[in-house]
Amino acid sequence: MPTATRRARAVLIWAALAAALLVPLAAAAASPLLQWRQPVYIAAGFAGIIAMALLLLQPLLAGGYLPGLAGPRGRRIHRWTGGLLVAVVIVHVAGLWITSPPDVIDALLFRSPTPFSVWGVIAMWAVFAAAVLAIFRRRLRPRVWRPAHTALAVAIVTGSVVHALLIEGTMETLSKAGLCALVVAATVKVAADLKVWAARGPRRGT
Amino acid sequence: MTTDLLTRRSLLATGGVILGAALVTAASGLVVPARAAGLAPTRSMRGGANNYLPGAPIVERIGSGGFRMTGTVRRAGDGAPLAGQRIQMWAHTTEGHERDKRSHGATLTDANGVFYMDMPQIVPAFGQPHGHLAYDSGDFETVFLRPVMSSAKDTALEAHFVLQPA
Repeated sequence: MPTATRRARAVLIWAALAAALLVPLAAAAASPLLQWRQPVYIAAGFAGIIAMALLLLQPLLAGGYLPGLAGPRGRRIHRWTGGLLVAVVIVHVAGLWITSPPDVIDALLFRSPTPFSVWGVIAMWAVFAAAVLAIFRRRLRPRVWRPAHTALAVAIVTGSVVHALLIEGTMETLSKAGLCALVVAATVKVAADLKVWAARGPRRGT
Repeated sequence: MTTDLLTRRSLLATGGVILGAALVTAASGLVVPARAAGLAPTRSMRGGANNYLPGAPIVERIGSGGFRMTGTVRRAGDGAPLAGQRIQMWAHTTEGHERDKRSHGATLTDANGVFYMDMPQIVPAFGQPHGHLAYDSGDFETVFLRPVMSSAKDTALEAHFVLQPA
């Protein structure tokens, strides 16, 4: 590919990604419901939206799809983004806890009346499990690590997407559906491209 | 070779099946008469007690009103309307959080067991636009209800209690 074409392609991909990440945040920031919410509740909601945005970034980094971030660079950032994901999930849950402890306790104990809570809690534990697993990655064989990490990633994405889609009031409906669709598409693509179900050693250069 | 889709034999067979099914249905209707089931007591809803504050004061309206919370209170078994029953309610509204004292209020049912409260517009909180109602005066078993609005734009919500003697 000529340099100019490659550069134009990179600019386009990064612009599209920026739009995919920022439009849902901007749409949520324009919600009229914010005027009736406390700052800590608003912060908790936006931590959730940021977590969903990071879920789009993660498969793109793991698959090396982002211009300039292919290979080890992308995967190194993937690890940092994973750490950031753990942090925003904690902010999300802590903010909701401060806003209304009984709602969060019910959710964490799987006795909440809201259908989305269970999905969110499952996704949260899958995020924590993925982080713990990643810490011990070097001690794990690739044939254990890869399917385990993929299974947790699928649980995180499934749980988070269903959680978000069933919730009313934090994200704008269309931008939420769009972001969720992108997260699912990126996850499916990276799982297919990296043939994560195939038992084999570390990825060789393609 | 016949190409008729509907032969006389198949027509008779089909007719027989339909007639048989109709007879069975009719017979079962005669065998099992309509049952006069009593009114089963309302069960407390999961999460219904969230942010409950006991002893909400009886008020004419909560805040500056604009949203209708209505419902009925009946006795389990015979469904008789229960007058003078204290129903407490609270919600996340345009004027306050569920936890705020000013978001809580109570009212009494009238002679027909009907209650009505004028309260501020309920807005979605914790993922659903919902209200909370409680009966906990002691004469009957305590019940917490948590109705969800079908649309956040609704300006009214209903909840119906069927109370079981304590």
